[in-house]
Amino acid sequence: MQSPMHSDSTFFSRQGWLSFVVLAAILLLVLPAAFDIFRLNLIGKYLTYAFVALGLVLCWGMGGILSLGQGIFFGLGGYCMAMFLKLEASTPEATKIQSTPGIPDFMDWNQLTELPVWWQPFHSFGFTLVAIIAVPALFAFVIGAAMFKRRVGGVYFAIITQAVAAIMTILIIGQQGYTGGVNGITDLRTLLGWDIRTDDAKLILYFVCAALLLGCVLLAQAINISKFGRLLVAMRDREDRVRFSGYDVSNFKIFIFCLAAAFSAIGGAMFTLQVGFMSPSFVGIVPSIEMVIFCAVGGRLSLFGAVYGALIVNAAKTSFSESFPELWLFAMGGLFIAVVMAFPNGLAGLYREHAEPWLRRLLKRSVARPAVAAAANTAN
Amino acid sequence: MIGDYTFGEFTSILAMQGFAGLILFSVFVLMALGLAIIFGQMGVINMAHGEFMILGAYVTYICSHIVTEYVPGLFPVYFFIAMALAFVAAFALGVLVEWGMIRFLYRRPLDTLLATWGLSLILQQVYRSVFGAREVGVTLPDWMMGSIALTDMIEIPINGLFVMALTLIVSFAVYFILFRSAWGKQVRAVLQNRVMAGAVGINTKRVDALTFGLGCGIAGIAGSAFTMIGSTGPTAGQLYIVDTFLVVVFGGAGSLIGTIASAFTISQAQSTMEFFMSGSMAKVLTLLTVVGILMLRPQGLFTLNIRR
Repeated sequence: MQSPMHSDSTFFSRQGWLSFVVLAAILLLVLPAAFDIFRLNLIGKYLTYAFVALGLVLCWGMGGILSLGQGIFFGLGGYCMAMFLKLEASTPEATKIQSTPGIPDFMDWNQLTELPVWWQPFHSFGFTLVAIIAVPALFAFVIGAAMFKRRVGGVYFAIITQAVAAIMTILIIGQQGYTGGVNGITDLRTLLGWDIRTDDAKLILYFVCAALLLGCVLLAQAINISKFGRLLVAMRDREDRVRFSGYDVSNFKIFIFCLAAAFSAIGGAMFTLQVGFMSPSFVGIVPSIEMVIFCAVGGRLSLFGAVYGALIVNAAKTSFSESFPELWLFAMGGLFIAVVMAFPNGLAGLYREHAEPWLRRLLKRSVARPAVAAAANTAN
Repeated sequence: MIGDYTFGEFTSILAMQGFAGLILFSVFVLMALGLAIIFGQMGVINMAHGEFMILGAYVTYICSHIVTEYVPGLFPVYFFIAMALAFVAAFALGVLVEWGMIRFLYRRPLDTLLATWGLSLILQQVYRSVFGAREVGVTLPDWMMGSIALTDMIEIPINGLFVMALTLIVSFAVYFILFRSAWGKQVRAVLQNRVMAGAVGINTKRVDALTFGLGCGIAGIAGSAFTMIGSTGPTAGQLYIVDTFLVVVFGGAGSLIGTIASAFTISQAQSTMEFFMSGSMAKVLTLLTVVGILMLRPQGLFTLNIRR
């Protein structure tokens, strides 16, 4: 596995800036211009998975920690947002036909007569915004601290996170009165009085989502080029040597795991806003492991690859399930095997091996400036 | 809650619940044994283990149909034939998968996990295309139906007893194969030191293939036994894979006794709690406890001291 190379201390290499500008142009100009609002809303949904994939690049690609529980954090972020929106939708006037007006409808159906205490703070938007990041990050901290301090890693960590994802799903489905059960939290209408179901709102939310994603890419890159990023790669490749050099490896691991969780949670919150509901089917084992494949297809070492991977795999999933539903699992299974056996560096690896040399030749011929070739030599 | 029952009723409820736990324990052990061999002995994460189990279940299903159609005379004993065939089918597929996929990935355990997950998705869709999305069940021979009444209130289902006996036999067979046979010695030698094992003339590649096949074959038997107490659907394997992995990890990978002990603990805890609360909460509590204990004691209940 090759690690990204950085020739100097600049934030992005020239190639990297180019990639960033291309990504920003695609997300902010090309896609909104090319698709109608229905399709754009779908793309916005795919982009929320790109947040998770981005976190996995940091956590798995750079840090070597494979988490099969990113759905937990995606779900926690999404549920925090959904709880706020649900409370806003459940005004006493809107719910006056219930036996207890003013509480969410599913609570009323489950014979709850008052709002549970832990739902109360979600009346406040400020608290919700903090909770979207803080709750998943705190949860990740607890899991991470318990595991990494005892030097549990690798496959054990993967299995435990998967088990936690399973527990989470069973819990959400089982506690119907508090969580909405298997249907999740549905029928969300407004955000601070602003109707999120109109086409205009969907367009704005798409741009918010894309802008947040680009911000996260920049933040991830900042980590990537920092000393911490290099330590992370060093830890992945030779953990013992980093430990013997005097670093507390577990703290770095906990931090990156929490950061990946926070990214996923932002994705989850944006998912709730754009899709209009949140349910346990985005939390469990299957969605969590699918999120890993988004990252793997894009290239587990490439931040940009993660975004493209999430877009492409999800677009493929939608079009396959529309036309050949029975083929989708074959395609998905084949993708898992192929990406592991044949293309361990995903699309980004393919690009680096095949498209980049070609591009470089093209640039050389047209610009004929040695500086460009030197810049292109350093992969983003 | 306890006050509503007389003492006799209470003990018989406990006994019945304990017996339900024992059946769950047997199924857990059968499933986990194969995984303990593959994960514990080889360090390979086989996420498709559940699908190997379902393969065994479908083989049994086919067998029951063929036998009732063509040789009804064999019906009372068809289960034994089906079980042997289930083992052979799962073993063959296992060796094939090892040869085509796993052997390239021994040094990348996390990648094995993803690749075998892909395999499990493909197998699920194959089952769905071939057998349909609906769950199927098999007809049991008459002698397996019904139950033995121990007292007026305690009844023990015969198929449960059969599964338990089967588990006992399979566990002993695995023990003998791994710890009392020449081939088992080779397996353990490869586990302890692959390079030296190769240097003294053990064909490590062949050992790998056969070990993986054996683990999958036992999963096939587990699937076959599973049809006796429940119905089988294409995605049933996925429901159990996390439980099974937790059983193996909780017991301490590499230790067969640990696997059996942890299967016992988890199944008894779950079936006892199911009596006091809803099934989903019982499961949540059991899994949470296991995860909690694993966080405190990551190496599991029983550990082998192996130099790697």
